[in-house]
Amino acid sequence: MKLTRDRWTAILMLLPSVVLIGVFVYGFIGQTAWTSFSDWGRVSSQALAVNPEIEMVGWQNYRDLFTGFIDVRFRQDLVNTFFFTIFFLAGCLGLGLGLAFLLDQDVKGEGFFRTLFLFPMSLSFVVTGTIWRWMLQPRGGVNVLPTTVGLPAWEFRWLTDRTQIWRFDWNALPGMTGLLVAAILLVVALSSWRGGRRLRAAVALASGVMLGAWALTLGRSVALLPFPELHGFNIAFVGIILAAVWQMSGYTMALYLAGLRGIPSELREAARVDGANEIQLYRHVVLPLLQPITLSAMIILGHISLKIFDLIFAMAGADNATTDVPALLMYLTAFRANQFSKGAAIAMVLLVMVAAVIVPYLWTSLRGETRR
Amino acid sequence: MLRRLLTLLAVAFLGLAAAQSQIEIFSWWAGDEGPALEALIERYEEMYPGVEVINATVTGGSGVNARAVLKTRMLGGDPPDAFQVHAGQELIGTWVVADRMEDLTFLYEEMGWFEKYPQGLIEAMSTEDGIWSVPVNIHRSNVLWYVPANLEGWGITAPDSWAEFLTICPAIQAEGVTPLAVGENWTQQHLWESVALGVLGADDYDKLWTAELPFTDPKAMEVWDVFGEVLACTNDDAAGLSWQQATDMVVGGSAAFNIMGDWAAGYMSTTLGLEPGVGYGWAASPGTDGVFMWLSDAFGLPQGIQNRENTLNWLRLVGSAEGQDIFNPLKGSIAPHLESDLSLYNAYLQSTAADWQSNRVVGSLVHGAAAKEAFMSDFATVLEIYLATGSAMNAANAAQAIATQVGLGQ
Amino acid sequence: MTTWRRHRWVIYLLLAIASATFLLPVYLVVVTSLKAPADINLATTWSIPQAWHWKSFADAWVVFSPKLANSFTLTIVATIASALMGSMNGYVLSKWRFPGANVVFPLMLFGMFIPYQAILIPLFEFLRSVGLYGGLTGLILAHVVYGLPITTLIFRNYYAEIPDEMLEAGKIDGAGFFGLYGRIVFPLSLPGFVVVIIWQFTQIWNEFLFAVTLTSQESQPITVALAQLAGGEAVRWNLPMAGAIMAALPTLLVYILLGRYFVKGLLAGSVKG
Repeated sequence: MKLTRDRWTAILMLLPSVVLIGVFVYGFIGQTAWTSFSDWGRVSSQALAVNPEIEMVGWQNYRDLFTGFIDVRFRQDLVNTFFFTIFFLAGCLGLGLGLAFLLDQDVKGEGFFRTLFLFPMSLSFVVTGTIWRWMLQPRGGVNVLPTTVGLPAWEFRWLTDRTQIWRFDWNALPGMTGLLVAAILLVVALSSWRGGRRLRAAVALASGVMLGAWALTLGRSVALLPFPELHGFNIAFVGIILAAVWQMSGYTMALYLAGLRGIPSELREAARVDGANEIQLYRHVVLPLLQPITLSAMIILGHISLKIFDLIFAMAGADNATTDVPALLMYLTAFRANQFSKGAAIAMVLLVMVAAVIVPYLWTSLRGETRR
Repeated sequence: MLRRLLTLLAVAFLGLAAAQSQIEIFSWWAGDEGPALEALIERYEEMYPGVEVINATVTGGSGVNARAVLKTRMLGGDPPDAFQVHAGQELIGTWVVADRMEDLTFLYEEMGWFEKYPQGLIEAMSTEDGIWSVPVNIHRSNVLWYVPANLEGWGITAPDSWAEFLTICPAIQAEGVTPLAVGENWTQQHLWESVALGVLGADDYDKLWTAELPFTDPKAMEVWDVFGEVLACTNDDAAGLSWQQATDMVVGGSAAFNIMGDWAAGYMSTTLGLEPGVGYGWAASPGTDGVFMWLSDAFGLPQGIQNRENTLNWLRLVGSAEGQDIFNPLKGSIAPHLESDLSLYNAYLQSTAADWQSNRVVGSLVHGAAAKEAFMSDFATVLEIYLATGSAMNAANAAQAIATQVGLGQ
Repeated sequence: MTTWRRHRWVIYLLLAIASATFLLPVYLVVVTSLKAPADINLATTWSIPQAWHWKSFADAWVVFSPKLANSFTLTIVATIASALMGSMNGYVLSKWRFPGANVVFPLMLFGMFIPYQAILIPLFEFLRSVGLYGGLTGLILAHVVYGLPITTLIFRNYYAEIPDEMLEAGKIDGAGFFGLYGRIVFPLSLPGFVVVIIWQFTQIWNEFLFAVTLTSQESQPITVALAQLAGGEAVRWNLPMAGAIMAALPTLLVYILLGRYFVKGLLAGSVKG
């Protein structure tokens, strides 16, 4: 009897947090979704009215974002985020792993180095952005660094360079996505076949082939826009990527270092006894054991990079279109241009992207936990 | 009844708490433009000793950051008592249509301002329902800046048309000098409006904003072609420079010309200490001689503020010849008030004041006089489309699409 | 092993290069902040100041001290509130499992990953409607609520280490829900609190999006003031650099003094306990 009453108390004590999160997270997301289907702010006289008249317009805002004439900036922003995420992840994982390996070699002053590589993590993105804005001045900072040893200054335009590489037509996107998914399905089919799951392999093979065929035939004639529109990787992002890697690679280093320390020394000894040299040891024993850490780091960093906002705001300014991302565009669209419905639609796209990364991760890590 | 009682109580309370009475003045006049505002505030404090003035400035040229902050605050039900805004469509198309401002006709009548301001300016600040702002200054947008001694050294003169500019451009480049210095995004839009005025002429330029001349008209498309050629004569690190840094390039001799509003004169005279006509020279931007593209900073009366009387006193000062003659010589602009004392102004400003009287006037797009803010804020995207694709057709289509969506000219 | 031993200097060389690269921005900030505005020149960015211009910090202090005060108030209140609530939640979720807990917990956790843009417009509207827009209170509320997932997670994982037998023993002694918490769980919580407080302190201190949208001039924290100063034009760079140091110092000190716990917070942030 007493236990049950305590259990009720427990639930009661949890309730405020549950209600707060229910309202502030899920309720508000719902409201944002509702706003994204409305026309709030499309009519400029209603945008700032005290009691705006709002009508529902269905998917109009989303249609505009992906296929509308004016919202070309949003589409480039998506492409920017995609490339930024790839290079940011590659940079952090590569540098973090490298530093962790170095520190794992039983070096003197390890604590000092660890502190040094990790300290940028404690800074605000705004501080980092302010510092790197000064570092990357076109005629100063890093560019004149060579002159201190008598070499000619660099000319790279960092944040303001307008060069775009790896360009592709936005209209090719459905076909490209189709091919990519088809390729993944084929890989799934192959591995299922090897694993002896014939039915699964057959289904994956069939759908993969069908999707691939569609992408190569009908998919090519699906045009999102009535005209070709090229997007690509803006070279101006190199500076942002540098600053972001400077700040976050210490995080992956800490993760990897913890992982390396967690590998029992007997395991390494055993490998050495088997005649493995140091490089083989890392390739065949250590790296595979670090794989789960790589996955976690990718997901944590991935969702940070999708949401990146303050770093770019402080570093390149809100109006530097070549270094724009959806998170920043949402702020400008909603709070400066007062197109709340379109801002809400951008936010929802952002949320879906982040959820696609995070939900499977939460799912698997928590399910694994309850099994344990 | 209860309400009246409360008002009485409030008045009594205010009398007691007079020393705590406040006015918050919101602007983007920071840095070099700060002293002008501070001088005006100082005068206000002399006139109304009991009032504490909060000077809330948000930095960023042409109000790019300030507008976001202001809007969040207005939406948040926390309007500043007085805020800087560009007179004309920026105020009307954004705040007046949203019913956030008070009509100031009564103040104009009280102060006798109908006779003290040019008729055209009052019309630009009015709708059928009233007058919405008190202008504090007039700036000119279409000015070409240079250093006379440098031009002489290179053997060139200020061009009269864009065609002429484009012919001398290679010669200047051959000297290792940037023909035209530009800065970050909004300064490129600023350049665009001067090109548009120079190519189209005043009549057609005005028709763009009344939607009588579509952006897709061949005449309007030509603007983009010329603009593209002009951009080819500019510095390649533009996006990273503020307008002052672009002006610095001209002063320092690494660029020949710069097109900027005449706050650049204030910067060069006050901050850099150059003498007008000697240290720096000016001309109407190419092809716009005899046309004055104006913009004006103004203050309005927001609804629902706490210190309405303080704000009204601020507006009375701002709109007076005395207030404007304190502010403008420091700011590097001229006074819209017709009784302004021109002897207080430097050589550049006296010449501009003469132009203001005699020239054909048109409103600036970028600085909020000509078109709704909704159009203007999306115009950055149009420019971006042009810079990314280099296609006049794409830019023109985008501009027309936005114009239709926001109902330009309605 | 032997090959590595012989080439150990390579390791130190690489570490030295990496350290120098990581410290490059720090050098630049310190040097720039100590130059007089007139001495700041793009071409001589890297040279040491001719005269130490300590006035930068005095000037920056005038601009930033009220914002620092805001940041401290905000951070301290929000950190403590979210830590206390997180501790209670963690206690309930780890020791008083109830039907549905397996659904509630992941749903709470998701809240720490969402892009806050997705709730920004309604949050803004809500704070306005209850009259909390523009002040610190509204910002504190936002930080407490959106901090709950991470604090709950850290405490839940931390309390899971406390053996259930200890609580059983307490129950036999007649302790109830609060008794167990007060007598057994809370006294063991200190390390957990240190991790949570450090984590929340740095997160809230460094946050920008909420701060820029929900505050007015008087209540803005230092991150917003810094971004606005550095984003303005004709910037005299010694000021933002001095401001950057001021904005960085509190979290930097916390990190250097309590770095061990900071790393624990980082690792906890990746969900697996």
